Amino acid sequence: MKIRLLAGLLALGLTAMGCGGATVDTSTSSAAPEAGASASGGSAGTVKIAINPWVGYEASANVVAYLLENELNYDVELPEIKEQLAWEGFETGDVDVIIENWGHPDLKKQFIEEKKVAVEAGSTGNKGVIGWYIPKWMADEHPDITDWKNLNKYAELFKTSESGDKGQLLFGDPSYVSNEAALIKNLKLNYKIVTGGSEAALIKGAQQAQAQKKPLLFYFWDPHWLFSQTELVRVNLPPYTEGCDADPKKVACDYPEMDLDKIVSKKFADTGGKAYELVKNFNWTNEDQNAVADDMTNNGMTGEDAAKKWVEANPAKWQAWIPK
Amino acid sequence: MSSATAVGRPARLGLPRWAAPAGAAVLFAAAYLVFRDTATLPHNKEAAPFLAVTELREWIDDNRNDNPLFLYFLNYIRLFVGGLYDAFHTVLLALGWPGITGVMGALGWLSGGRWIAALAVGGVSAFGLLGLWESSVDTLALVAVAVLLSLAVGIPLGVWAGLSWRVRRVLTPVLDVMQIMPTFAYLAPLALFFHIGAPAGAIATMIYAIPPAIRITALAISEVSPTAVEASASLGATGRQTLFKVYLPLARSTMALAVNQTIMMALSMVVIANLISAPGLGGDIIRGLSRAQVGIMLPAGVAVVIMAVVLDRMTMALSRRDAHAATSRADLAGAGALAVAGLALIPVLPRVWPENLTVNVVAEVNDAVRWAETNWYPVTTFIKDVTTRALLNPLESLLTSAPWWLVALAVLAAAWRVSGLRPALTALACLLAIALLGLWEHSMMTMSTVAVAVLVTLAIGLLLGVAAARSPRFSAVQRPILDAAQTMPAFVYLLPALALFGTTRFTAIFASVIYAVPPVVRLVEDGIRAVPATVVEAAASAGSTPRQLLWKVQLPMARRAILLAANQGIVMTLAMVVIGGLVGAGALGYDVVLGFSQRTDFGMGFVAGIATVLLGVMLDRITQGADRRSSPRKRKFT
Repeated sequence: MKIRLLAGLLALGLTAMGCGGATVDTSTSSAAPEAGASASGGSAGTVKIAINPWVGYEASANVVAYLLENELNYDVELPEIKEQLAWEGFETGDVDVIIENWGHPDLKKQFIEEKKVAVEAGSTGNKGVIGWYIPKWMADEHPDITDWKNLNKYAELFKTSESGDKGQLLFGDPSYVSNEAALIKNLKLNYKIVTGGSEAALIKGAQQAQAQKKPLLFYFWDPHWLFSQTELVRVNLPPYTEGCDADPKKVACDYPEMDLDKIVSKKFADTGGKAYELVKNFNWTNEDQNAVADDMTNNGMTGEDAAKKWVEANPAKWQAWIPK
Repeated sequence: MSSATAVGRPARLGLPRWAAPAGAAVLFAAAYLVFRDTATLPHNKEAAPFLAVTELREWIDDNRNDNPLFLYFLNYIRLFVGGLYDAFHTVLLALGWPGITGVMGALGWLSGGRWIAALAVGGVSAFGLLGLWESSVDTLALVAVAVLLSLAVGIPLGVWAGLSWRVRRVLTPVLDVMQIMPTFAYLAPLALFFHIGAPAGAIATMIYAIPPAIRITALAISEVSPTAVEASASLGATGRQTLFKVYLPLARSTMALAVNQTIMMALSMVVIANLISAPGLGGDIIRGLSRAQVGIMLPAGVAVVIMAVVLDRMTMALSRRDAHAATSRADLAGAGALAVAGLALIPVLPRVWPENLTVNVVAEVNDAVRWAETNWYPVTTFIKDVTTRALLNPLESLLTSAPWWLVALAVLAAAWRVSGLRPALTALACLLAIALLGLWEHSMMTMSTVAVAVLVTLAIGLLLGVAAARSPRFSAVQRPILDAAQTMPAFVYLLPALALFGTTRFTAIFASVIYAVPPVVRLVEDGIRAVPATVVEAAASAGSTPRQLLWKVQLPMARRAILLAANQGIVMTLAMVVIGGLVGAGALGYDVVLGFSQRTDFGMGFVAGIATVLLGVMLDRITQGADRRSSPRKRKFT
């Protein structure tokens, strides 16, 4: 007992093992349905909706979770996880639902067509618009800047310490859908992509571009709560036509307006019962989502409170989603 | 703040330059001018090693279900770790806040007396005050599991490595990789094997936290005096007896340091673990990040810092105690009273911290941050632009436009001169491996960012370290700030840094400087303090001004410590390469981030992680020998 530290650790370890033994048993029995693929009947009570890290997504997920819990008496888990890992979660059983999917044709091919572990569950009703944005004051000062043909004329304005003698186009998280490199090359723009690496880099850039009147051209998307705080204008790239983005290397057109959709695991689609019906029926507008997301971001509400507020204010909308 | 004001200053306190290297430098410069832009190795996204690793992952992914042994083995590990986490979590929840406060207070009292107890009680209450009770309990349980497992595996391994140099030689490179390899690089496949959630988070944390447990234990064991061991052997002790009665008791206080460092490392993984959905304070930080609100992130960051400080002081107090001193009766009584009081209050008080006792500062913090972002912007932009133009860009274009063989020669020459032939060959091998892996250009870019960050770190570290060594009061004020800088999750200060410095390499440098300065300051301070008082007095009585005293006596004599500080600064800076990739540093850090989020680029991300390790080993080998060779100046004094 001279070695007090070791003794203490040992004691701690032993008690932990002692309790651990018991809980391993209980946790295996309660977690068995998610670990083993076959016995999914027992997990009918729990729905796992992945939380991808942007607020609009969280808004949708929280409203669906609120309805599942309060109207259909399900338990809901909301694991926070990035898109790629969420798709892999369909396979491992860690994820049942991705409530807002932005395209991702490569993942659809892999997990829906090849591995057959996921299925589509219809549109969310939200329209996703990816594009190049500038702060509104720039468009006021230079009205013709919103046409891509004039971007080279203004390249000088967008120069930063990172872009050298070219203009800077700020890009975000590498998991985002992106045609930037091809667009710059094919439209012969005198710009360099500076990769921020995160959404926060884009948001802070946009906020400072507004506050400091610093020129900024950046990749962004709507719906996003930032639009309720900062006035942004979209730069018009050559308009999207069907199939113009077929070859990723030859893209020379704007992003299409994207139908955001829901993806669920095959298992959940087969055995999810009413919960699956509700997820499938879930469909709302960008305004709905922005209202909830704005409450969460700028009014200091938790996801649950913001969802509750929306649910109480819009009974007609959600009652249509509840399965009979 | 201190770093922001000193950033623009070039490192004046660098090594003195000798004549021979100057000649070599001229030669290299000439070679560079002649061969510039030849034999460069530009980046290729489709390099063969990347594709091979991506394919390997796909293969494992496709085949893991056909391999029951593999699957069951990993599943059992996961179930075991998950069970352990659940156990801890259940116990902590059952204790509720009165119980946890009482028990932590009692543990604090036992380890270091009533002041540590007060610190523990205050710290635990702060989690509740900040409104983060539940997240804090989750994090506490996760850290406890990761640390416990790290020690359970690490201490035996460390003892073995301490007894056998052969084991140590095998383990050292493995530990290097585990420590420098960015977690992002293997996080995605980890989720594939261990799923997401607490068990996977604990395992990821363990990979990062176990090296110090092994290393410091090995060091402690190998430092046990051989006479004691021989004495015990000659008295007929068995190997087992020698281990338990001689080695472990004698190594005890150093091993407490191993526990301490393991805890600190585990706490620094709190945010990363959340990326694979581990519960805890990391979730609050990521949430704040996606809403771009420091007000949400700061309390969570402060809670992490408080947890680190409380656990640090407790374990450090333990390591400083005299092994033979029994716990006094008064201490036992105090600790017992605290624990009993806490436990007795469990049924009386609510288990969750009452909501009306929390302090909500989200709006205030957000306002303060916004004010700073708006008003400091012109100054910070100026600093950023000057540093980038004067230092970063020239260095980067030098390294990327020089022929690879010239860079390799330069590395070989520098490492040979500073550290000797063997480390030089290792450094060269690392550099060539980077070239073969197809990441030459990005590694050179990262190296230039790291070099500037290390220069700035050393400049600030020396300044603060010297100041702290001269004034104990300054040192006392500075210490908690350094603790906070080291344990505060980087994301918290990245958001204002992004606003002030933009999405730039400079923001990445800023983040690494904050992270790397604390150990440098500590090493410099200790080094200067260790200069014998007699020498200082002798110099002072010979009429040295304080300035002369510093430059001619204290700094030269603290040379070893300063070089060690440089070495540590490099390692710490490399640890931030990936974080830099999230805020605009590009190069290797971004490659790793990209590999984490895009399946098709997994190979590149993983290989970039390996390249980071190689870069770290290379820089370590170049600088490590410096403290072993005695300098001519030092000989004058000894």
